[in-house]
Amino acid sequence: MNATALPASLTDVRTSRDARADALFRLTLTGAGLFVLVSLIAAALSMLWGGREALQTFGLGFFTSTDWNVGTREFGALVPIFGTLVSAGIAMLIAVPVSFGIAVFLTEVAPAWMRGPVGMAIELLAGIPSIIYGMWGLFVLAPQLSEHVYPWIDDTLGQLPLVGVLLSGPPLGIGMLTAGLVLAIMVIPFISSVMREVFLTVPGRLKESAYALGSTKWEVVWDIVLPYTRSAVIGGVFLGLGRALGETMAVTFVIGNAYAISLALLEPGTSIAATIANEFAEATDPLHKGSLLLLGFTLFVLTFIVLAAARLMLRQLAKREGN
Amino acid sequence: MNDAARIAVVTPPRHDDHAAPASVKLAAKGLDFYYGDFHALKDINLEIPEKRVTALIGPSGCGKSTLLRIFNRIYSLYPKLRATGDVLLDGENILDPKYPMNRLRSKVGMVFQKPVPFPMTIYENVAYGIRHHERLNKADMDVRVEQALRQAALWDEAKDKMKQSALGLSGGQQQRLCIARAVALRPDVILLDEPTSALDPISTSKIEQLIEELKHEYTIAIVTHNMQQAARVSDYTAFMYLGELVEHDATATIFSNPGKQQTEDYITGRFG
Amino acid sequence: MAASLYTWRKVKNGVALALSIAAALFGLMWLVWILWTTVTKGMGSLNLDLFTQMTPPPNEPGGLANALFGSVVISLLAIALGTPIGIAAGTYLAEYANKHWLGETVRFVNDILLSAPSIVLGLFIYTVMVAQMGHYSAWAGAVALAFIALPVIVRTTDEMLRLVPQQMREAALSLGVPQWKVTTQVLMRSALPGIVTGILLALARISGETAPLLFTAFNNQFWSTDLNQSMANLPMVIFQYAMSPYDSWNSLAWAGAFLVTGLVLILSLVARTILLRNKVTHE
Repeated sequence: MNATALPASLTDVRTSRDARADALFRLTLTGAGLFVLVSLIAAALSMLWGGREALQTFGLGFFTSTDWNVGTREFGALVPIFGTLVSAGIAMLIAVPVSFGIAVFLTEVAPAWMRGPVGMAIELLAGIPSIIYGMWGLFVLAPQLSEHVYPWIDDTLGQLPLVGVLLSGPPLGIGMLTAGLVLAIMVIPFISSVMREVFLTVPGRLKESAYALGSTKWEVVWDIVLPYTRSAVIGGVFLGLGRALGETMAVTFVIGNAYAISLALLEPGTSIAATIANEFAEATDPLHKGSLLLLGFTLFVLTFIVLAAARLMLRQLAKREGN
Repeated sequence: MNDAARIAVVTPPRHDDHAAPASVKLAAKGLDFYYGDFHALKDINLEIPEKRVTALIGPSGCGKSTLLRIFNRIYSLYPKLRATGDVLLDGENILDPKYPMNRLRSKVGMVFQKPVPFPMTIYENVAYGIRHHERLNKADMDVRVEQALRQAALWDEAKDKMKQSALGLSGGQQQRLCIARAVALRPDVILLDEPTSALDPISTSKIEQLIEELKHEYTIAIVTHNMQQAARVSDYTAFMYLGELVEHDATATIFSNPGKQQTEDYITGRFG
Repeated sequence: MAASLYTWRKVKNGVALALSIAAALFGLMWLVWILWTTVTKGMGSLNLDLFTQMTPPPNEPGGLANALFGSVVISLLAIALGTPIGIAAGTYLAEYANKHWLGETVRFVNDILLSAPSIVLGLFIYTVMVAQMGHYSAWAGAVALAFIALPVIVRTTDEMLRLVPQQMREAALSLGVPQWKVTTQVLMRSALPGIVTGILLALARISGETAPLLFTAFNNQFWSTDLNQSMANLPMVIFQYAMSPYDSWNSLAWAGAFLVTGLVLILSLVARTILLRNKVTHE
């Protein structure tokens, strides 16, 4: 019979001491987990609370009014909401096909040695701070667009029936379209990296059986890979959308900060984040500040819905993979 | 070739050096086990004799690993698992919630299928468990670590690498390190859950030799899906099927003259 | 008939794949252009004064010393605040609440927090700290950035701990070591490279954030070490100087942009290297 390491009484004491320490540890960690939960709720509620005066004064009409007059103390959210949605929409129109193309390139087309470096380079785009995007957009991109691209667009595409209305306007270089373009570049790495990850989860045998039937690479992507990963791809797109909706600095620099709704995308406009960023510091009137906070709450709700939907879709694929 | 001859080929001759019957170290009495609603182990009554090697064999899903993992209550990590009945270690029921976990874990050690060295030095790996149970000064700890490594037949290969990361060892060495880690606590019982299934044949035979040595001091229960291994290393064998203990006897008996038809079918490879 | 169908499919394939190459080039083009701009415009204004002189009035020589100092202080403070809670919450998710409904909820909320607009977090801290205190402060800035760092660290810690093989947990527990020691001494040590990566990535993320600071730490023309007052910081200075019409300020803004971008890229590369080098051990 081996001598036990410790007499029984000591192990018993150890056991209860360990049990207490374990309980305390667990409690602390659970507290940290709950802290995360509470933070989000607190963030939402704080903005709602801060904007309560505006909500009480304007009611739900706040969200449909195009007023924004600091002097007469009339505020409405429609213009920034419009700007946020339109700039993000333009960004999606550009970013989704490009991201898809990049994902296809990185998973099917590029030779193996190229995939790592190019993939990493694309992801570097995601790391560049948004204020850099803003500065580059304002000082470098906008002048190029206003000199070379926009006049051409206005003269040619802007003259077409229907579509022309959208693509006309003064060639300022900054405006809704530029903001959409800059946002597109910002979200491309997010969407393409999600797409690339999920494309790689498609089981090899599935693709191999398609190839064995004589499918071309493109057909395998379009008919096999994409349907298999469909919900995750949509999830990735929503993720990018969430980013585009909430982006502040890049948009503030290039959207033109004009409080107006216009269908002409070359015209300047504003977004929720840009409005808040521009006006908050100088807002002395509590109703002005409250309206800005209420705008912030609106943005929060908007992005929450989009991000929650994104996550749901990404989880669907993960579940199927047996994660 | 008839069945008896086939069995004879499977079992190498055993030399019986423990002539006297051994006392019971670990015993399951009326043990049932559930994964949620699934009745995984049904009315198990099994006695594990002291300082002998008992092998648990059976096809996949028969419950042998499940049973082994009850002996150190490692299943209590998982919420949906529960056991009813008794498991007696030296006469005391370890399933009783009042039985202190530390005492259980210092008396019953476990080695797993996949070698899992901790991300520490070799020395630290072995000392880790000891440190939690005892306060030893450096000299005493050094002695204990060396003893454990010797018992695990790793001392010669490791003595110059004590301060190096354990992750640098080969698979077979890592597994012996895990054995050293378990014996460092001087347990009474060592549970081995398919300890060589992830290892190459040479490492496997080294560990089988080790088991032969270890049983002089420790009671050993080993789960293996390799029947030949069970025949080689164990004194007693328990055959399980679909959560039930079908037969339990001396290894020589099980492999040459099993009592139940099911056992014979499994041994001769009629099903697996 | 079959031959022309096949040709058409081949053409489609070729066009599609060519477009994918074009897309990749499109993406890379912007990266190169932006980085090129930052480097050329920024390097021109790089000199030692940046690190020794204060932010100046327009059209006067100066540097970014107080902004750099402020950014370092606020960022480090943010990491100091966010890391312990982040690691704790991440450990909670991986070890205690994995597959549990509460854990799933916390993970969900964390993911939202991760992608939430940073301006929202700035407004949150404004309401609970700045408005209550009556003035901007570096503390508020640090807290706001901590909330941005937090979900990054939670997510990485959670994922890295979940990668640790279950048998390691069981092996340590079978030795009689209690859960809290197993988690801190064995599991976290095993996941350490990943956790450190998370912290580096969080640091990279907050280094470039401007929007939250707009409402919390704001800006300060002078050298300040008072955490209770507004403090100069690089993103806010860049914002102010870039939007201004003064050339001298614009150059300083580019210099600052260059520094920030450089820092972020270096941190990301270091993080990535750590992850790559340590991937082997868990195979």
